[in-house]
Amino acid sequence: MIDFNLLPLLPEIFLSLTAMGFLIVGVCRGHESMQVVSWASVLSYAFCGILLLSMSWDTEIVLNDMFKFDRFAGLMKLLILLGLIISVALSVRYLKQEGIARFEYPVLVTLAGIGMMLMVSSNNLLSLYMGLELQSLSLYVLASFNRNSLKSSEAGVKYFVLGSLSSGMLLFGISLIYGFVGSVDFGAIGNTLASLQNVPFGVTFGLVFILAGLAFKISAVPFHMWTPDVYQGAPTSVTALFAIIPKIAAMGLLIRLLFEPFASIADQWGQIIYFLSLASMIVGSFAAIMQENIKRLMAYSSIGNMGYALIGVVAGTQGGVAAVILYLIIYLVMTSGVFTVILSMRRDGSDYEKISDLRGMSQSNPVMAYAMAILMFSMSGIPPMAGFFGKLLIFEAAIAQELYILAVFGVLSSVVAAYYYLRIVKVMFFEEEGDAFDGDLPFARRIVLFVSVMFVLAFAIKPGLIVASTQGAASVLFAGL
Amino acid sequence: MMIIDLHHYLILAGALFTLGVFGIFLNRKNVIVIMMSIELMLLAVNINFVAFSYYLNDLTGQVFAIFVLTVAAAEAAIGLAILVTFFRNKGSVAVEDISAMKG
Repeated sequence: MIDFNLLPLLPEIFLSLTAMGFLIVGVCRGHESMQVVSWASVLSYAFCGILLLSMSWDTEIVLNDMFKFDRFAGLMKLLILLGLIISVALSVRYLKQEGIARFEYPVLVTLAGIGMMLMVSSNNLLSLYMGLELQSLSLYVLASFNRNSLKSSEAGVKYFVLGSLSSGMLLFGISLIYGFVGSVDFGAIGNTLASLQNVPFGVTFGLVFILAGLAFKISAVPFHMWTPDVYQGAPTSVTALFAIIPKIAAMGLLIRLLFEPFASIADQWGQIIYFLSLASMIVGSFAAIMQENIKRLMAYSSIGNMGYALIGVVAGTQGGVAAVILYLIIYLVMTSGVFTVILSMRRDGSDYEKISDLRGMSQSNPVMAYAMAILMFSMSGIPPMAGFFGKLLIFEAAIAQELYILAVFGVLSSVVAAYYYLRIVKVMFFEEEGDAFDGDLPFARRIVLFVSVMFVLAFAIKPGLIVASTQGAASVLFAGL
Repeated sequence: MMIIDLHHYLILAGALFTLGVFGIFLNRKNVIVIMMSIELMLLAVNINFVAFSYYLNDLTGQVFAIFVLTVAAAEAAIGLAILVTFFRNKGSVAVEDISAMKG
């Protein structure tokens, strides 16, 4: 009997239809429709989230085992949709200010979102690849969206070249896995690998290539070279998008891949992830010290944060994976708050992105300065804030698996990282006054900033619901063991 | 007479893939050459897929190869479009000119 249950795909189908609909609206109404299309896509992401919440979250595998919906995929998709809502809501004003208000922007973001949602629920190397490419191709275009700016198009070229290289490596790895295991289905790969006494050399080789490809996507060291340049060059609203969502999707994909098909050869990938994690933490914290540009700083900060998140993957336990998911949630909320402030760093209609431009902000824009200070404290992991609990759970999972070296390096590098986060606070509060930034915050930015600061402050009061849902999501990955 | 079997195909694909990777890293002249190297990598992967598919007697690999071809076409289109916008801003597609940002 042909399996034709499309219900678990409903959110993706809905988003694909809206993306095509918006494309038609944009073609008919021209670039003035950017604002309408943007807010309509924010609404459609919200509706999609409601659709997702109203579905049954039991594990279901459809489309000839290509697509799997379970609680892990569901939670990841909710996060992705939340990130999409935030990044589009933050972009509208910025795009108009920069004179790049074109209707393709929300459409491309939607398409990237569909790709990411397919990534986290792929159950087959083919659907994994297609989802990843849908995401990457949309993001290449977004990086060079400001086509009259040299930096933006240069960011596009760099991102395209290195991104395609990583896709090529991923694909080479997939072809080796296919050849030596004989299937591209996650379930079949898992069964075959579990039954083998000795893992064939080709499988190890393929796994290394796949991990190298995915490390590019989450910008783990040594595959991080593109990150600072792309973050700096891309339009700031796109940088916000890059910092918020693709990391979450790629990390979700990585976790699913490692804990489902490749769970039985954990000793092989464990060392690789161990190294990626260690190197990312160290490079992320030390290289950021020298940065003057706040977008580059956030790039190194995201590299470092991915390093911490990978510790939870190395731990390889349910608690570790749950900690990674929680870390990603907190990271998403904090980063969107920080980018709200970065997007508002404008004077006389042009962008300012040096850290020194924040000078004296506590006098000129006190609300923004205090919000940024709270977010920076949270990012550096100072106790009552959410960022602390994210790191705490990760280190706890590492200690439980006796990964002392990783935990120690994690703590040390977060001390180094605290230096550059707190430097921003120092510049804002203790340096002589600079010029004020333009005007007041638009409504959408005010809401995002308020919600993210509130989340960071109030997380400690009632973390139960979020922690429980991350535990539930992680448990489905370990149900089969 | 020599019989061509699986490992010959794998060596060929591996060699082409390596050429592609080196083409990206060692090439210091032109971005167009980098894009050709990317295509070379993807085609090397296709040789792998088709060879494995034949020797495993399984169609999945060939289906995969067709998907890869489609994606490669989309990727080339987008890459060239981005390169055109870069050329309009910079007036050059030399690798050494992609250097507005460093650090």
